[in-house]
Amino acid sequence: MNNIKAIFQREFSSYFSTPVAYVFIVIFLFLTGVFTFYLGAFYERNQADLEPFFRFHPWLYLFLIPAIAMRLWSEERKTGTIELLMTLPIPVHQAVIGKFLAAWCFTTVAIVLTFPMWITVNYLGSPDNTVILASYIGSLFMAGSFLAIGSCISALTKSQVIAFVISVVICFLFLLSGFPLVLDFFHGWAPQVVVNAIASFSFLTHFESIKKGVIDIRDLIYFLALICFWLYANVVVIEARKAS
Amino acid sequence: MTGNAEKAVIDVKSLDKRFGPIHAVRNISFTVRQGEVLGFLGPNGAGKSTTMKMITGFLEPTAGTVSVCGHDILEDPIKVKEKIGYLPEGAPLYGEMTVKTFLDFIADVRGLKNVEKENRIEEVIQKIHLESVRNQTIETLSKGFKRRVGIAHSILHDPEVLIMDEPTDGLDPNQKHEVRTLIKEMAPAKATIISTHILEEVDAVCTRAIIIASGQILFDGTPAELQAKSDTGRLDDVFRQITTKFYQEQGESAQS
Repeated sequence: MNNIKAIFQREFSSYFSTPVAYVFIVIFLFLTGVFTFYLGAFYERNQADLEPFFRFHPWLYLFLIPAIAMRLWSEERKTGTIELLMTLPIPVHQAVIGKFLAAWCFTTVAIVLTFPMWITVNYLGSPDNTVILASYIGSLFMAGSFLAIGSCISALTKSQVIAFVISVVICFLFLLSGFPLVLDFFHGWAPQVVVNAIASFSFLTHFESIKKGVIDIRDLIYFLALICFWLYANVVVIEARKAS
Repeated sequence: MTGNAEKAVIDVKSLDKRFGPIHAVRNISFTVRQGEVLGFLGPNGAGKSTTMKMITGFLEPTAGTVSVCGHDILEDPIKVKEKIGYLPEGAPLYGEMTVKTFLDFIADVRGLKNVEKENRIEEVIQKIHLESVRNQTIETLSKGFKRRVGIAHSILHDPEVLIMDEPTDGLDPNQKHEVRTLIKEMAPAKATIISTHILEEVDAVCTRAIIIASGQILFDGTPAELQAKSDTGRLDDVFRQITTKFYQEQGESAQS
């Protein structure tokens, strides 16, 4: 616990000691605003809810979350500090968890800072706040899944650019795995069970149901399982590098 | 076994490492006792850093093992890492942190707490002369200061084993002298390994020298013994003799 806390603190404050945090938060808030009011037609819909706000979260995360995650391990490899970190008495899994939690917490800060949106909709009408709360929780868990993927990929390479691009592609596949783009590839040769399984991996399907205000425990378990899987893969990647 | 001085603190047993087709370290064995300062000599690419990386648990050996203070690096890597203070080659550091927050982080990981932690950090800052830069971010420091921060981090928990990969590389003569004095000061209570390709350093700080080339040990003995092997009495000459002779023989055996 002590180690996870130490890694977490170091990592979290490092976001704020470089311009990364501020650039990210400003861009995130700006884009959520643009998407909600223009593309989401927040006013024109005449409905007191935040659906147009949350609708675009998966697409924003697709590009913004890998940008946060890409530095987690790539940068350590590039600067050589990974040698420092890995020769400290910290088990690999604790380092992975500490870094992931720091990135997740940072994302949470960015998401919480969208609260003016919530105030606005409450000022204009009387929305169902439980739906909004559920959507926020769902959004956080989805962000966590994107981060876990990005963290694992960044452990594979020294180059942050490569980590970013590959993470975006994998996240994109996970987003769309319920859609024809991905499913058509499997139709015809893979058994229906497999196709259904792949379809059920879609971020969008799971986020969709949470967004309606229905927090199904299965959706949360899905996101948690995904996070655990990718963090486990992250540990395996780092251990494998030691032996190479 | 009579007392600590006799006990092997670091025990390297037939250590071997391959990176794909490259055979970096070939079946190396040696021990280091408390109070000893082992100088690791060799041309660039000889396998010095790779050996150190295996002792500190950063790389896994292809074969063989290392035990430090009785703990095996493969079976109990965390215990081994607790015992070691390690300065990696080039002293990589988290540039965006200040000297103080960086040492704080290391102290947390090393399990130092509260008053003990603050006292120890202060003690090390004084000892390594970092007072003037304690609140500066590491990336803004000069090379000499960065190296000192690296050294501070490696001795913060007063380790039983000190492993330093080219601790004086890139420092000016005064800084080199300071680092050597520091190593000598701490040496009696620790088992120390330093790597270098500066031969005067061996004379200045080491109680024992190992020369390796192409991942093999070519010489293992005291600096005086090494000097005695040379006709001129200069370490430079004997180093060149040993290594070039080795490479010539290797070349011949490869041809035949």
